[in-house]
Amino acid sequence: MADNKFAAYICAGCGIGDTLDIAALEKIAQKECKMAAVKSHPFLCNQEGVQIIKNDIANEGVTHLCIAACSRRAKTEAFAFADACVSRANLREGVLWVVAAGAEHDEVRQEMAEDYLRMGCAEVKKMKQPAGNPDKAINRTILVVGGGMTGMTAAIEAAEAGYAVLIVEKSAALGGFARQLWKRVPFAAPYAEAQPTGADELAARVSGHARIKLHLNSTLAETAGAPGRFQVKIAQESGSVTEVVVGAIIQATGFSAYDINKLPQLGGGQANVVDQAGLESLARNAALAGGVIKRADGKEVNRVVFVQCAGQRDASGQHLSYCSGHCCATSIKQATYFKDANPLVDTVVIYQDLRVPGMGEDFYRSAQDKGVVFTKGTVSKVSGGGSCSVTFKDLILDEEATLVADLVVLATGQVPNAGTDMELWNQVSTDADNGDEAAKTRQQELRAASVLKLAYRQGPDMPQFKHGFADSHFICFPYETRRTGIYAAGPTRRPMDLDQAMTDATGAALKAIQAVENAAAGRAAHPRVGDLSYPIVRLEGCTQCKRCTVECPFGAIDEDERRFPQFNEQRCRRCGTCMGACPVRVISFENYSCDTVGMQIKAVNIPDEFEEKPRILILACENDAYPALDMAGLQRLTYSAYVRAIPIRCLGSVNTVWITDALSSGYDGVMMMGCKKGDDYQCHFVKGSEMAYYRLSKIEDTMKQMSLEPERVQSHEIAITDNARVARLIDDYVAQIKEIGLSPMKGFG
Amino acid sequence: MTTNTTAAYQNSFLREVEAHVEEGAWVKMCMQCGVCAGSCPFGPHWEHSPQKIFMMIRAGKREEVLRSDSMWMCTSCYNCLVRCPRKLPITHIMHGLAHYAHRLGLAPKGQPTRESARLFWNNCIKHGRINELKFTLALYFKDGLAQGIKNALAMQGIGLAMLKAKRLNPFAIFGGHQCKDKSGIQKIVAKARELEAKRQEQAA
Repeated sequence: MADNKFAAYICAGCGIGDTLDIAALEKIAQKECKMAAVKSHPFLCNQEGVQIIKNDIANEGVTHLCIAACSRRAKTEAFAFADACVSRANLREGVLWVVAAGAEHDEVRQEMAEDYLRMGCAEVKKMKQPAGNPDKAINRTILVVGGGMTGMTAAIEAAEAGYAVLIVEKSAALGGFARQLWKRVPFAAPYAEAQPTGADELAARVSGHARIKLHLNSTLAETAGAPGRFQVKIAQESGSVTEVVVGAIIQATGFSAYDINKLPQLGGGQANVVDQAGLESLARNAALAGGVIKRADGKEVNRVVFVQCAGQRDASGQHLSYCSGHCCATSIKQATYFKDANPLVDTVVIYQDLRVPGMGEDFYRSAQDKGVVFTKGTVSKVSGGGSCSVTFKDLILDEEATLVADLVVLATGQVPNAGTDMELWNQVSTDADNGDEAAKTRQQELRAASVLKLAYRQGPDMPQFKHGFADSHFICFPYETRRTGIYAAGPTRRPMDLDQAMTDATGAALKAIQAVENAAAGRAAHPRVGDLSYPIVRLEGCTQCKRCTVECPFGAIDEDERRFPQFNEQRCRRCGTCMGACPVRVISFENYSCDTVGMQIKAVNIPDEFEEKPRILILACENDAYPALDMAGLQRLTYSAYVRAIPIRCLGSVNTVWITDALSSGYDGVMMMGCKKGDDYQCHFVKGSEMAYYRLSKIEDTMKQMSLEPERVQSHEIAITDNARVARLIDDYVAQIKEIGLSPMKGFG
Repeated sequence: MTTNTTAAYQNSFLREVEAHVEEGAWVKMCMQCGVCAGSCPFGPHWEHSPQKIFMMIRAGKREEVLRSDSMWMCTSCYNCLVRCPRKLPITHIMHGLAHYAHRLGLAPKGQPTRESARLFWNNCIKHGRINELKFTLALYFKDGLAQGIKNALAMQGIGLAMLKAKRLNPFAIFGGHQCKDKSGIQKIVAKARELEAKRQEQAA
């Protein structure tokens, strides 16, 4: 391989040349940064400017280049050079647009630009061209767990896109919950009449599809490996086990209806009180017999009452606390079963809040038009039997009322079939590791109850989200889970109706296709799609502390038999949380490492304390905080010229060495900017920002040792829209730093 | 708080309203959002808002609805009608309900709006056009002679001012203006009554 040749290109366009001293910048690149070639151009991103760079790469042997122009988020296509490492010094959004105008700011503005240039040059010197994961995993088969409407839809969508699909279904037939339904709610205009479910037709299409293979009466016995190379054992009811290799997995395990017997106060378990599934079967029987809907005892139903939110939206903590979303529309549909057969049947729906997402409002109207009576009320008691009664408080009329009915239908909620709760698993596993025999048995039970039976260090299923639903990056990327290449779809992920489940299935199929393609090309999956870098670990320096394996949000790292970390690159999302976690700094990426950031921190020129110019380091998450900073520039909001911002992959990748290095080399403060953490996190990597906060809590001791004020390190949750806030935060912090005084560490670095 | 148990939430009264009340078929389409109740300038003065009236109909409270004086309080401002997100012709339904209750003889006795409407109608039909003096006097004396004199004395200032300004003709007491074809008007009304009776018969 040829020697590295470093070059810097300085753009004078977009007003950079008018405001900044380009000649001085060139001199710094040459003399200080020792770049072999330094060029400036009045319009670097135009064809001519780009051609200069291309020529230098092709003819002059330039391998590493620092482009001092706009933000790394701008002109990405113009400045993409496949054969070279590129760093970007952000002179436009980072300096020109955010430092206040006027000659009195010329000095600090120029200093800021010079520092960004120094940082860009320092970064590129430590970068290597990522070659892509050499261990390509090329299996493109998609495994669908669950043969209900969600699973079948995902299978058809993937198969139609040209991918081989395996369906593993626990029961003896395809169709899942939808097969129990008599009809479904309408998905299309005019949203007026209940429609056939289409489950049988879809099952026939799936069964007859050349690229879809079925494993009925089967469950997963073990899932090992990573995207593109999952080794899956499929166990038949009979006991025989088939081993297959698949590329990605879609978990479409659906839901179970909340157990009606848990609702004795609402008549659960009593005669002629049924749940929605129970009514569907009465409706199917009636349709097969060609007559009107009859109760189990054969009596025709002339008065039926629907009780919404039965055991749902429960504040007492005994039942489901959430709304299952579909049940209002389902009850509307079921009431029309009666009205369509005989308009004289009295149908009353007692709701708390009638919620009909999507175009359900039209369906609601059509049922009202058919004479279904809706009333807002809270039901206190239901008695079953020959003549049922429903006691409720009518919230419109503000009075107690008792209805007599032949049949009462309880709208119970959806309980996800999401397998084993990983938090419980972790608890039990810790006890089991400590030699607790009961915990070992319990661990076996939990594994048996899991859906995926993953052979991951992190446990047999994907982590569960709120209320026991399968994992989802609910706020930003609902199809994403923390197990790369494994996607949850349908009501196992969140409560939903059939229409949403089928849309969900399509989304999950697309995700699975992306996962196998990325794995096959040795690239990262979401959110750093296409990233060719991957974690490289110097095992000889590893102390087996296990922090990387524990902290990886995606369960990408197992442990080998000698307890060294074993990276499964295809599972890795390239967030760098492992790199941030590693106390001995043996984990790095070719183009992102402790060094690439550490050298940028060191490259900044720290003025001595008599100059009274503080220097504040900003470590800004590239997903939200750095764009917010850029956007502040785009809107010409100003902030202090004393800050130096470095984009990082995720706050989780922040190694505390960067902070201690910065503080000991004389920075006056460090601002860490990441995404929202906690239950309603917005971190692209789910746990990254949370880890950063956790680590930050540990850094206070170090700061005490250095006799530094704890205020010198701050962290903020920044959303991508916080551009005005981010500018304000910076200015407030600079004022605060001036108040507590400059760092006493200057001059020692 | 009362307890509703008799024929509760059965469709019978709703069907009756659909069949006999003008625009009554809209009652089932109410989604109980309460915009009408919040929009009504008379809101605080009614016992039952339109929202409640519609729910009471659906709850089968026939007597309570038809004996209510709430729909008589409607001033036809049409606020509810223009605001109803479900596009219910609420004002018309209120009038329809009042009319139906009146016809059945269930409407509250002596309800001022009802009384005023009755006097207006009778006055108007007699001569084919309204005799303002007689209508005013009828209103003054609707609660008896003593009350009538009290009312007239209370209003005498206005009455004299109107007399002065020639806005009030005292000789109208002897008949006043009449329309040209009084019997023609009465025939039209008789025909309309006949058609309505036929329609009601069909609906029933």
